Amino acid sequence: MEFAELIKTPRVDNVVLHRPFFPAVEGTLCLTGHHLILSSRQDNTEELWLLHSNIDAIDKRFVGPLGTIIIKCKDFRIIQLDIPGMEECLNIASSIEALSTLDSITLMYPFFYRPMFEVIEDGWHSFLPEQEFELYSSATSEWRLSYVNKEFAVCPSYPPIVIVPNAIDDEALRKVATFRHGGRFPVLSYYHKKNGMVIMRSGQPLTGTNGRRCREDEKLVNATLRAGKRGYIIDTRPLNSAQQARARGGGFEQEAHYPQWRRIHKSIERYHILQESLIKLVEACNDQTHNMDRWLSRLEASNWLTHIKEILTTACLAAQCLDREGASILIHGTEGTDSTLQVTSLAQIILEPRSRTIQGFEALIEREWLQAGHPFQQRCAQSAYCNSKQKWESPVFLLFLDCVWQILRQFPCSFEFNENLLIMLFEHAYASQFGTFLGNNESERCKLKLQQKTMSLWSWVNRPSELSKFTNPLFEANNLVIWPSVAPQSLQLWEGIFLRWNRSSKYLDEAYEEMVNIIEYNKELQAKVNILRRQLAELETEDGMQESP
Amino acid sequence: MEHIRTPKVENVRLVDGISSKKAALGTLYLTATHVIFVENAPDTRKETWILHSQISTIEKQATTATGCPLLVRCKNFQLLQLVIPQERDCHDVYISLLRLARPVKYEELYCFSFNPKLDREEREQGWMLIDLSEEYKRMGLPNNYWQLSDVNRDYRVCDSYPTQLYVPKSATAPIIVGSSKFRSRRRFPALSYYYKDNHVSICRSSQPLSGFSARCLEDEQMLQAIRKASPGSDFIYVVDTRPKLNAMANRAAGKGYENEDNYSNIKFQFIGIENIHVMRNSLQKMLEVCELKSPSMSDFLWGLENSGWLRHIKAIMDAGIFIAKAVSEEGASVLVHCSDGWDRTAQVCSVASLLLDPHYRTLKGFMVLIEKDWISFGHKFNHRYGNLDGDPREISPVIDQFIECVWQLMEQFPCAFEFNERFLIHIQHHIYSCQFGNFLCNSQKERQELKIQERTYSLWAHLWKNRGDYLNPLFRDDSSQTQGTLRLPTPPCNFMYKFWSGMYNRFEKGLQPRQSVTDYLMAVKEETQQLEEELEALEERLERIQKVQLNRTQVKSKQSEPSKHSGFSTSDNSTANTPQDYSGNMKSFPSRSPSQGDEDSALILTQDNLKSSDPDLSANSDQESGVEDLSCRSPSGGECAPGEDSGKDRDSDEAVFLTA
Repeated sequence: MEFAELIKTPRVDNVVLHRPFFPAVEGTLCLTGHHLILSSRQDNTEELWLLHSNIDAIDKRFVGPLGTIIIKCKDFRIIQLDIPGMEECLNIASSIEALSTLDSITLMYPFFYRPMFEVIEDGWHSFLPEQEFELYSSATSEWRLSYVNKEFAVCPSYPPIVIVPNAIDDEALRKVATFRHGGRFPVLSYYHKKNGMVIMRSGQPLTGTNGRRCREDEKLVNATLRAGKRGYIIDTRPLNSAQQARARGGGFEQEAHYPQWRRIHKSIERYHILQESLIKLVEACNDQTHNMDRWLSRLEASNWLTHIKEILTTACLAAQCLDREGASILIHGTEGTDSTLQVTSLAQIILEPRSRTIQGFEALIEREWLQAGHPFQQRCAQSAYCNSKQKWESPVFLLFLDCVWQILRQFPCSFEFNENLLIMLFEHAYASQFGTFLGNNESERCKLKLQQKTMSLWSWVNRPSELSKFTNPLFEANNLVIWPSVAPQSLQLWEGIFLRWNRSSKYLDEAYEEMVNIIEYNKELQAKVNILRRQLAELETEDGMQESP
Repeated sequence: MEHIRTPKVENVRLVDGISSKKAALGTLYLTATHVIFVENAPDTRKETWILHSQISTIEKQATTATGCPLLVRCKNFQLLQLVIPQERDCHDVYISLLRLARPVKYEELYCFSFNPKLDREEREQGWMLIDLSEEYKRMGLPNNYWQLSDVNRDYRVCDSYPTQLYVPKSATAPIIVGSSKFRSRRRFPALSYYYKDNHVSICRSSQPLSGFSARCLEDEQMLQAIRKASPGSDFIYVVDTRPKLNAMANRAAGKGYENEDNYSNIKFQFIGIENIHVMRNSLQKMLEVCELKSPSMSDFLWGLENSGWLRHIKAIMDAGIFIAKAVSEEGASVLVHCSDGWDRTAQVCSVASLLLDPHYRTLKGFMVLIEKDWISFGHKFNHRYGNLDGDPREISPVIDQFIECVWQLMEQFPCAFEFNERFLIHIQHHIYSCQFGNFLCNSQKERQELKIQERTYSLWAHLWKNRGDYLNPLFRDDSSQTQGTLRLPTPPCNFMYKFWSGMYNRFEKGLQPRQSVTDYLMAVKEETQQLEEELEALEERLERIQKVQLNRTQVKSKQSEPSKHSGFSTSDNSTANTPQDYSGNMKSFPSRSPSQGDEDSALILTQDNLKSSDPDLSANSDQESGVEDLSCRSPSGGECAPGEDSGKDRDSDEAVFLTA
């Protein structure tokens, strides 16, 4: 492997590791193709295994012959390595830099990772679109599976199988694809069984400045409406952005051509604005010198919670249109791969009890993020410490997870999973040994042959030993729609992510453990009581039988 | 009553809370102690009771087409708007309430008419629940170094101090009296808390009358005596909790702070906590933020920051942490004072005690702590919380801040406290309610003269009786957090101080988490207890039957009910099931759905208020946990027929869809 060329110094002794909440430890630093490893010679437990792909940025400092490398990780952790010898230090630093920014996806760790666990269920086949569709098909015949995108020719960012109105044939879909950004014609995102209303998503219509229209597109979206009913189009961009988009060939649905639809504009930010927000927030969280007031103003200035509020509000509005107004909705922004997915997936968390279970949530991520073509590779290439201002990085997925956390905090008993699942997904979206989040869409994943060459994250997560870590002990199935509050007083900084490395969670962990204990003990007693009752019942029937003859 | 001009006004509209958009039509009644609003809606007749003593401000707003609005702000952070059809009625109500909310005599206060139907013995026992002499014994006093002094017998030396005080043995009466003459309002150094483990103390006093150069030999001897009472340490800290500038300004008035040159072996330290006026304004500003209608995130965070409230909370915590560290880690005694030594000093001493001693983190211990550092040491409850009409500049949320400090600690140490958030909220409520006698007056002396204990009831007994509601399910005697000192990270992080929505927005139910982990766990624990009992009974029976079978005798026994685990629903599904206003100010969005709106948030204060003497029962209604079927639970209490109620209140999805 070519990695050897990049590793100038594979091993340095007497390196001191500093990291949050642990005493400094001295040991031997080893570089491998994918990991940075520090093992103390005395005690094997004091080891650091860091994926190179988790490294967001590094800083070097020299004091005399002692070099220091500060490693800033994509999960916001900061660790420090003191390395004796300037040359070693420089070598290590340049190796880390090279290894953490490998260009080729096929050199990434998931292609080399060999799992040490037994796969019970192959995660690549856990959430097949056909199976997901079966959940709906019993309730409705108005929708069908379309294989029009089998070769990814109609829409490169769509999966091969999509759900579309029964009344629309594949030929029409091809035409509609030419009228929608990136070929992303309207497809079914969610079917609300209670009233048969749906959420569809798409890219923006390519109306351009001269108000181009597409009859097939109109027919497609209207096919989802019942006679005499109106629907809502939620455009995640403010009106003026949507208007400006026309100059670049994009646009929005004109009232005249979509008379049965009412358009609502929201303003969810995208791209670098979100990235900058993340950078500012993490900076504020890491700076512990400022006083109370500076903290609040820096939290405010990051705008992170403003973004959370806007995304959640839009999702609630979508859910409200569906559930309360009894109207179907179409959601899009520009590409339909970012804010659109935040809204469609959060609306489902609110509306659909299944998406609050572990399986259901995984299926949601699979459907609404991976299959739906959220460009993970681009968006999660860098995190909060990256200096190079590239265009494509954006914490869109992290914002989604944060919004889920906000709802979870307000409804602590309505989710089958706990915060740990959300944190784990964040970590794996940015750096992982699994292939799940590689690539930008299904087409790329297909070409990379991820299913054959890498392990799915779900194969690992969905084993009982792992699942137990992600299970919320407070869960009591709640079949209702859950309406979160989006008032500023109700939204909080997600400490589990942003203060994770800045404050000890010892006491909170103890509280969590105690909570588990209380519930486990209750279940244990319940089981014991049931056994005794059964025993008693048996004894008493025996008694009865002896008595009766 | 003579102050009530109009006892009853009909066709009044009540808008309850900030986020509420719907007004309820009903009748308004003024009684000697309460404002009562009864809804017209025939099936509910929902009642809202407001104690006059809870009323903070009444504001007449511009007349509208529907009538004249009165905005009533309460000290427990409830906000109500009453729209009265006739200007004349409105004015009468306004004038009456202005007077009723500001009683001039103690006898007008609710506690003198409140009768929880307890006999005399029960009342007396209630007052005996918290016993400070027991508390000093628990600290290990008296001992070789500290003794109970009767120098303040009959309040001879200091009228705002208690009669029973612990002072160093070597501090003779002349030293104490001499020292008291050199201290503001004669509040001489006395023991607040004794830390057995290190044999060191936290003492409290007011500022010395040092001016620019004055000295007092007895005062210097007094501090010396405190130092000698902890032989392990060769110095004591003197902590002035004021900002240095304020303390220096006081010198010009002949007051000030200790000069390190005059006192041997002291380490002097300023910890800048602002005065009551700054705190009053800060709370005012923060409440304005809470009252904003649909604020943006920036409005809220900016407003919160500009109020400075959390900065002040942090300052108080910092002072408490400093003292707890000095005592537990350095083994040094600390003398704490501010100006008069009854506001900031009380805050700081009680925070430090709470950090140091797990006892104060228990239900009873917390009552003792308030009794000791606040009630007995002459915190001016009447002035600070405006129980009687007085100087508005004396009003300040001093104990509110302490209560918030406790909440902030609870957030950091979820297993450390035996009590829960509700306990704190109820105490805050009753500090203002004047329903119990505990917090009346400005000093022990005044309370004694008024014969409070003979004429009113004690809150502590009431809370203790209902202690089941106030327990923290995560508390465990043997958890690491319940042992010894609570250690906060150094330097204390700013982000650990959070806005306490459960207190300041507590009547805005829509803003609170819709499911309560605390209540869920309480229900589980309760069931666990029942299971334990059942298990024991079953084992016994099984044993008996087996024995009987062995003896070939036949026993018939009743079959037990099959196990039904019905789950612990703690969510208020009615609120959970009502969307808020997500469309913002967007006009195009039609909100004609019959179910939409915050009708549930109107179900806040019902008449549980008076009946059960517990103002917050209704506030708990949505957190009320149980193993029962949800559908027959009504958040508005037992007033309405359960049959009709269940369908109406639940705002169920099905119903909505059918009508839509």
